Amino acid sequence: MASKLMKTLNSSIVKKQMMAVSGLMLCGFLVSHLIGNCLIYVGAEAFNTYAHTLITNPLIYLAEAILASLFLFHIGMGIRLTVENRKARPDRYFVKQHSGAGATFASATMPYTGLIILAFLIYHLINFKYGPYYTISHGGVEMRDLYRLLIEYFSAPLNVFIYIACMVALGIHLSHGFWSAFQSLGVDHPKYTPCIKLIAKLYAVAMTVGYSALPLYCYLAKGGY
Amino acid sequence: MSDKNNMTLNLKIWRQEGANVKGSIVDYRLEGVSPDMSFLEMLDLLNENLINQGQDPVAFDHDCREGICGMCSLMINGQAHGPERETTTCQLHMRKFKDGDTIVIEPWRAKAFPLHKDLMVDRSAFDDIMSAGGYVNVSTGNAQDANSILIGKDKAELAMDAASCIGCAACVASCKNASAMLFVSAKVSQLALLPQGQEEASTRVQNMVSKMDDLGFGNCTNEAECEAQCPKGIKISNISRMNREYLKASVTAHH
Ligand code: FES
Repeated sequence: MASKLMKTLNSSIVKKQMMAVSGLMLCGFLVSHLIGNCLIYVGAEAFNTYAHTLITNPLIYLAEAILASLFLFHIGMGIRLTVENRKARPDRYFVKQHSGAGATFASATMPYTGLIILAFLIYHLINFKYGPYYTISHGGVEMRDLYRLLIEYFSAPLNVFIYIACMVALGIHLSHGFWSAFQSLGVDHPKYTPCIKLIAKLYAVAMTVGYSALPLYCYLAKGGY
Repeated sequence: MSDKNNMTLNLKIWRQEGANVKGSIVDYRLEGVSPDMSFLEMLDLLNENLINQGQDPVAFDHDCREGICGMCSLMINGQAHGPERETTTCQLHMRKFKDGDTIVIEPWRAKAFPLHKDLMVDRSAFDDIMSAGGYVNVSTGNAQDANSILIGKDKAELAMDAASCIGCAACVASCKNASAMLFVSAKVSQLALLPQGQEEASTRVQNMVSKMDDLGFGNCTNEAECEAQCPKGIKISNISRMNREYLKASVTAHH
């Protein structure tokens, strides 16, 4: 029984499907994180209070643990699949040409955009979550001044540039990954599939533009703080 | 002036004596190629010249030469079965090329397809997958009266499309992961779509996929390069169907 389960979990199809499910869940996280970040446009108090409410809720540890496991799982499985796939063709072709009708830039670069996102993730946590701890008091409550950290951090054009470049990589990754997840799970229909492919593109653009707008806003608004 | 009925080609062909020796790309200059020749006839001409010069001819697979057996293979300028869509190597004609062209010819490359010689690889891994479940065991008796088993036209067509797979393995060759998903999904689909195949549907998909994994094929990353280079135009919607069938079998089957 257990060996049967292991065999299923290690099958090429279920590995893809686990990749799909973890990927889609991370897609959900991206949306919620972006919506929360949009409070930056409202102002320092709204954003700091939101962040404060989030991190003082004891359930945050559970949420963070789940999120971290999702990321680690998706990354680990991605690396494992890539290594297995390389092994499946030990001798490379002398010449290899895309047909033009199958592979796209996004599909061909999934492992690379994935690694860029991983590097960004580490960098992101170091800069913000574990970055300088400023405090401020809003309405008599002492809390972390993340707003100030953001404005300071994004006053450097290089930081803005790196951030946006990583968001472009993220968008490319999502444009293939989002649709791909549905294909792996067996969701396919002559009418809905083109729709899902379109949603994948729109979603990827929305995430890249949405996340890139924040550092740009901070950079341009830095004088106003 | 170049005569367009008499082309000269620069061929770069993978030559390898046997499975365990190192191979390399060897350059050949071939004159007198007619645009009416098929790609394999062009290779026949080269081999004739090589034999006349006392050299070892280039080994390549072929059988029917009419696009139905799936024996011919060849990676031509980096594309499985060459540049023409939905066309096998044997049905590819030299009019697709120009006088003075350089053509790189390589064998299918995958860990699961060990190389025999030159351009010939051992594709018996596909036979192994078929023996793992690509058939119907239940006795279907004598030929049924027409319309005694009702099958919707749409289902029948999908099954027929899947059944047009000739097992040439262009999908594996063109996939950057050397995955056999398109082949296996076509075989799973053609039976899963019809009532006679239902009985064993869940064991079939599990056994065939597990065989495919054991043989060392890669994992699909949904690039669809296989669909684009399949000489029979098999669609990756078959892969989606197999993913679905597999998931269903994994959570419901009692074995
Ligand atoms: S030789 Fe039979 S399909 Fe090409």
